[in-house]
Amino acid sequence: MIVEIGHFALILALALALVQTVVPLTGTLTRDASLMAVAAPIAIFQFVLVTTAFLALMYAHVVSDFSVANVYENSHSLKPLIYKISGVWGDHEGSMLLWIFILASFGAAVAVFSRHLPNDLRANVLSVQGLIGAAFLAFTLLTSNPFMRLLPAPLEGRDLNPILQDPGLAIHPPLLYLGYVGFSVTFSFAAAALISGRIDPAWARYVRPWTLIAWIFLTLGIAMGSYWAYYSLGWGGFWFWDPVENASLMPWLAGTALLHSVSVMEKRDALKVWTIFLAVLAFSLSLLGTFLVRSGVLTSVHAFASDPRRGVYILAILVFFIGGSLALFAWRASALKPGGIFAPISREGGLVLNNLLLTASCATVVVGTLYPLLLESLTGQKISVGPPFFNLSIAPFALILVLSMPVGQLLAWKRGSFLGAAQRLMFAILAGIAAALIMAALHGGPVLAPIGAGLAIYLIFGSVVDIYSRVFARGATSATALARARGLPRAAWGASLAHAGFGLTLLGLAATGWGVERIVNMAPATTYALGPYQVIYDKVEHRKGPNYDETYTTMRILDDNRLVAQIEPSKRFYPARKSETTEAGIKTLWLGQVYVSIASEKLDGTVDARLYWKPLVSLIWLGALIMALGGLVSISDQRVRIGFARRAGAARAKAGLQPAE
Amino acid sequence: MTDRVSSAATQPSKASAKSWRRNTGSRKRRRLTIIAVALVIFGGAIGLILYSIRNNIELFLTPTEVTQRHPLPGARLRIGGLVESGSVVRASGNNNSFSVTDNSHDVKVMFVGLLPDLFREGQGIIAEGAMNAQGVFVADQVLAKHDEKYMPPSVVADLKKQGLWQAGAPKP
Repeated sequence: MIVEIGHFALILALALALVQTVVPLTGTLTRDASLMAVAAPIAIFQFVLVTTAFLALMYAHVVSDFSVANVYENSHSLKPLIYKISGVWGDHEGSMLLWIFILASFGAAVAVFSRHLPNDLRANVLSVQGLIGAAFLAFTLLTSNPFMRLLPAPLEGRDLNPILQDPGLAIHPPLLYLGYVGFSVTFSFAAAALISGRIDPAWARYVRPWTLIAWIFLTLGIAMGSYWAYYSLGWGGFWFWDPVENASLMPWLAGTALLHSVSVMEKRDALKVWTIFLAVLAFSLSLLGTFLVRSGVLTSVHAFASDPRRGVYILAILVFFIGGSLALFAWRASALKPGGIFAPISREGGLVLNNLLLTASCATVVVGTLYPLLLESLTGQKISVGPPFFNLSIAPFALILVLSMPVGQLLAWKRGSFLGAAQRLMFAILAGIAAALIMAALHGGPVLAPIGAGLAIYLIFGSVVDIYSRVFARGATSATALARARGLPRAAWGASLAHAGFGLTLLGLAATGWGVERIVNMAPATTYALGPYQVIYDKVEHRKGPNYDETYTTMRILDDNRLVAQIEPSKRFYPARKSETTEAGIKTLWLGQVYVSIASEKLDGTVDARLYWKPLVSLIWLGALIMALGGLVSISDQRVRIGFARRAGAARAKAGLQPAE
Repeated sequence: MTDRVSSAATQPSKASAKSWRRNTGSRKRRRLTIIAVALVIFGGAIGLILYSIRNNIELFLTPTEVTQRHPLPGARLRIGGLVESGSVVRASGNNNSFSVTDNSHDVKVMFVGLLPDLFREGQGIIAEGAMNAQGVFVADQVLAKHDEKYMPPSVVADLKKQGLWQAGAPKP
């Protein structure tokens, strides 16, 4: 019964989404305020309905109602509760429902937090949001309905893919989707601006917090996915340039560019057309990512769901939204008035460079991801584009980007001094060079490792130069320094934090060059050297988990005869799916990690194992967390707070000033 | 021309036509600078893509294609197919050998390292590496897929071609 309520709610939500698309737009076209006012309540009601459907499916999973096909395919009565809940989005149908749930949540959030927006803008934004919702609700109901029943109901489920029975599944897809779908809001704002043909700094101020929210979640989602792959796949890699990973990287690159160009538009009223284009691009790439993952066109470790009908439908959605928005863009972009001017060497100029580099990298990733698909569909020739391609084609842009990031932060708006910025960066430059030389002398390793580490140190120091010099200006006491620190705009803190976080990630990546990898057949009670540590394998034993059997080994990590940790790398066998997973034994020591994964045990009591020492590896994800924290600090800035734009506008009007148009 | 009025208006009223012209001239120059930088960056991107795609792509072949085309020893490629039943030999020192088949031809594969969890006979895998002079594929990486129902699409296509595909059995 509850399942049917959920199913019905989802169908009703589709009907409402169609109303939400048509009625407010008609309102803005005919200037009928009552029609425009319909948008917000409908968006909120649509959210209630989709939430009902989502909870209904979750209920079916929790009580193991195997008469629902989706539950039967992906659940098992013995599965722990957390995986029963996260298993809701463990497969295609459930993922789509999660996607829609998040979309509806964003729609409702826009409706609630946009009271201060001009009526027509609000109505148009919610109308476009409704259109996206309608497309995906129809897709889900027609091709991937999670509420299908099975008759007769099976007694036991087929269990969730064991590799997905991990806390990572509870966190990674929701974060990633919050990022993907978050860009639907900026897209809707861009489409609304194109429909009305009006765009000004106030628009940028409305859009900025939404962009930041999407960017924060996408950053966290990608980092979480990377860490999950790292610890669960058992071979210590954290980024494979897999098409599905690229699918999340493309909108991230476009979104990062958008984040920077929105700030130019907000402050200087420049780069309008470009900003709109990026907003369209970021969401288009999110859709492309959804298409790549969900249509099953990829030969990918993630391609666990495919059905040609779905592929065609998603492709149609993709073509409709990307084509439609680009057509709207081509038709309307000329109506947008160009704004403020600036010298090439200026904050704006730096941000333009950032945008060019990010979009060029993004284009490279798109080409590398789609080229094999295109080639195969045109010629039948199957190729794969692997890590060497991406590393080689993106590294030069990353290098220029990293070198210019601190410089850009120190340039003034409108016209800046490159030499002045370079002078203020002298300390960071010297620190970077010193770090590279010291690391090269101490550790050697591949030449890229010390260079990367030097760049990272330069970036970390360079990112905080501005904040540092503004807080600790000459003659400052600790009290005035504190007051100054408080007085600095939060957005400045956020930018510095995010840039420094990127530097930390870079440092972690560079340090992989100094890692140690050994593949050995380990005999009991023998000591194996691993970087600065030693590993001793003690014993292998068996135990039963809730829905698996586990073969686990006990190993000790020593630092010159001093015990520092014990790890239990293991293998799990899941009888329901007759499949195995590797559970690596990982111990974080300072910022590095000892990582051990085992293959099957041998009859003579030895065990094949991969041993890794990965210095500073945790910085890769810690850096991403700090980047996200930087975004959070930026959102808390009063000037970008949702709802501020109206007050600022009113104040300016009172003071008799007009925004520069 | 109209959009320049606003920038001219920001000039002090004293600003003569001369300084206005200088301003508009530099505006053009500024725009040109940005366009030039954009061209350099995107040109560089295209150049890099073309350069690295020539050297860093790997052909994806089925065992039948490997037998027909005789790829050069040492050239990087990927082969995809099913692990042939009864062909897996796990020797000491993580030396593994097995055959990959598409049910019409098969290729012998050697791999030093730990095989993935889902690697087993009859299972779809992808091996990355190169052929050696003896016609054995030396893999440096073996990928098995998340799902035990997974089969490389190329193998599915081949099986379908040969009429060996059982629809419904492995639901992709």
